Amino acid sequence: MIVLRDLWRTYRVGDSDVHALRDVTLEIERGDYLAVMGPSGSGKSTLLNILGCLDRPTSGSYAFDGHDVGSLSDGERTRLRQSEIGFVFQFFHLLPRLNAQGNVELPMLFAGVSRAERRQRAARALEAVGLSDRVHHRPDQLSGGQRQRVAIARAVVMEPRLLLADEPTGNLDRAAAVEVMELLGSMNAEGQTVVLVTHDPEVGSRATSAVRMDDGAIVERR
Amino acid sequence: MSNFGLRIFPLSPESQGVVGRQIRNPKFEIQNGWRGGVVAIGELIAFAIGALRGHRLRTGLSVAGVAVGIAAVIALTALGEGARQYVVQEFSALGTNLLIVVPGKVETTGMMPFGGVINDLTIDDYRAVTTRIPEVMRAAPLATGEETVRYGGLARSVPVIGTTAELVEVRRLKIGAGQYLPPGDPDQGGAEMVLGIKVADELFGGESPLGKVVRLGDWRFRVVGVLAPRGRSLGFDFDDIVQIPARTSMRIFNRTSLFRILVELHPGEDLEVGKKAILDLLAERHRAEDVTVITQDAVVNTLDSILGVLTLALTAIASVSLTVAGVGIMNVMLVAVSERRHEIGLLKALGASTVQILAVFMTEAAVLSTLGGVVGLAVGGAAVRAFVGVYPTFPAATPMWAIVASLVMSMIVGVFFGVVPARRAARLDPVEALVGR
Repeated sequence: MIVLRDLWRTYRVGDSDVHALRDVTLEIERGDYLAVMGPSGSGKSTLLNILGCLDRPTSGSYAFDGHDVGSLSDGERTRLRQSEIGFVFQFFHLLPRLNAQGNVELPMLFAGVSRAERRQRAARALEAVGLSDRVHHRPDQLSGGQRQRVAIARAVVMEPRLLLADEPTGNLDRAAAVEVMELLGSMNAEGQTVVLVTHDPEVGSRATSAVRMDDGAIVERR
Repeated sequence: MSNFGLRIFPLSPESQGVVGRQIRNPKFEIQNGWRGGVVAIGELIAFAIGALRGHRLRTGLSVAGVAVGIAAVIALTALGEGARQYVVQEFSALGTNLLIVVPGKVETTGMMPFGGVINDLTIDDYRAVTTRIPEVMRAAPLATGEETVRYGGLARSVPVIGTTAELVEVRRLKIGAGQYLPPGDPDQGGAEMVLGIKVADELFGGESPLGKVVRLGDWRFRVVGVLAPRGRSLGFDFDDIVQIPARTSMRIFNRTSLFRILVELHPGEDLEVGKKAILDLLAERHRAEDVTVITQDAVVNTLDSILGVLTLALTAIASVSLTVAGVGIMNVMLVAVSERRHEIGLLKALGASTVQILAVFMTEAAVLSTLGGVVGLAVGGAAVRAFVGVYPTFPAATPMWAIVASLVMSMIVGVFFGVVPARRAARLDPVEALVGR
């Protein structure tokens, strides 16, 4: 489904070039559950941003379902993010003024889905992450684990082909982290392609495959 | 298998999607020129209001900023417009067929020998105008001055109008008590006096002034009447004035010329014809064209245009405060953009297009300023009503164009000053925007 070939991402800092990614080549199959591991600054977040079409590689190619992402316009990449890619962040990034339902509805709002359908689908997505009884709670009325589950519901409500999670347990206590990882695992079991960035080996071990990155390059594959 | 019941996320194509699989293409297709889903304006406004409610104080202050500007526009145009209508009404109340004869000619003189000598406008001229011009229905001379009027131990310096009985008709005066100056030969300088209501109250208190003898300078007058309250009209405060026969006034103030002659033509007479007749008559009598005849229309039109310009000037001044309010909105929106970097990054990650982000922030700015416009309309309207409550005779009313214009203006202010912050938001790099928490 996803093919990355000879990917470089270089930042210019002052007079010198910093290589966030060095010659990364990676294939992700439909239904994969891949953990990207490595210390902070190893380039795993950069890799995730490129996978999520938030960032563009300096060189190399990225194919998504056979489409060369590098040749897509901004609008087409936006559409890709909207309907085919779901994001889960370390800090949840829920809008504090909206309740759980409103947050889950957000991606549908910008996709132009009607109000009635948004409501229905958000309710189902929240039910799927076990938060049917928290639909009208605002983020500050939810625990960390519940917030992340709302964020996961939001990430999958558009039924994306690819679910990207950036340190999804990084801001959670142990019990909540286990909940969230089980949720991601069960989604993968139902066929959802998941790419997970973490520096926690235990979290990474739950994925079916893993790559280890260091200094922008993939140094180990499992 | 987890206990979260994820059966509703089928990803194989043959399974029945429950979560809206039907609304999108089964396979990702690239559409050229795609710029984001069409989000209904109602949804955008709802989203904007939600965001604005998150910062009540900030929202309130910027709404107040616009409201002050709009209220100022509303109130000042109402006052300017009121002043204009007041003046027009005052003149119309006099009748539109009024001519005013002024001694002297408004043009450069001195070309002829002895040029520039101005003949007096005399009582005889006045009599000629009333008797020899058929278009003239009636006329009243004015000979003015200022003198101290005394009664008992009280004294008051008042404007004095010397005139004839006709003035009561020409100026539509109302008698409160007694009667007006007696009709008769204008050359007869009698010793009758008519008091303005304020003069009567000041000098006589509760006592009736009728028949009493008052002193005007060194002269003695008998009060024959008191005017009904009228208020200021065309430069004269008829409440604070005394009226005596014209001839007497000229003698007291040692004048040889009248100040004005007010001429009222018969209804339906052409003002220009009357004007020419008067000019011809006085030119013949004076052997020179040395008077000016002003038509009521000319005065009204002049004042009308002056006050119209005044209204516009007031509006322009008030608009400055609107601009200030607009800059305030821009400030608030810029703060909002930098404060909501995460939100913007998130929206981009969720697939909001650049155009949509732009629309979100423009809508917010427009909602802010339109809200301010509505509040300002209400406040300005209330201020105008309060003003009319205090001064009921002043016809202050906000013209319709000002209401429409201020609403449109407030919206434009929002959009105009919302562009810069909204563009900044739309251009934000999502990766940077999402960094940290």
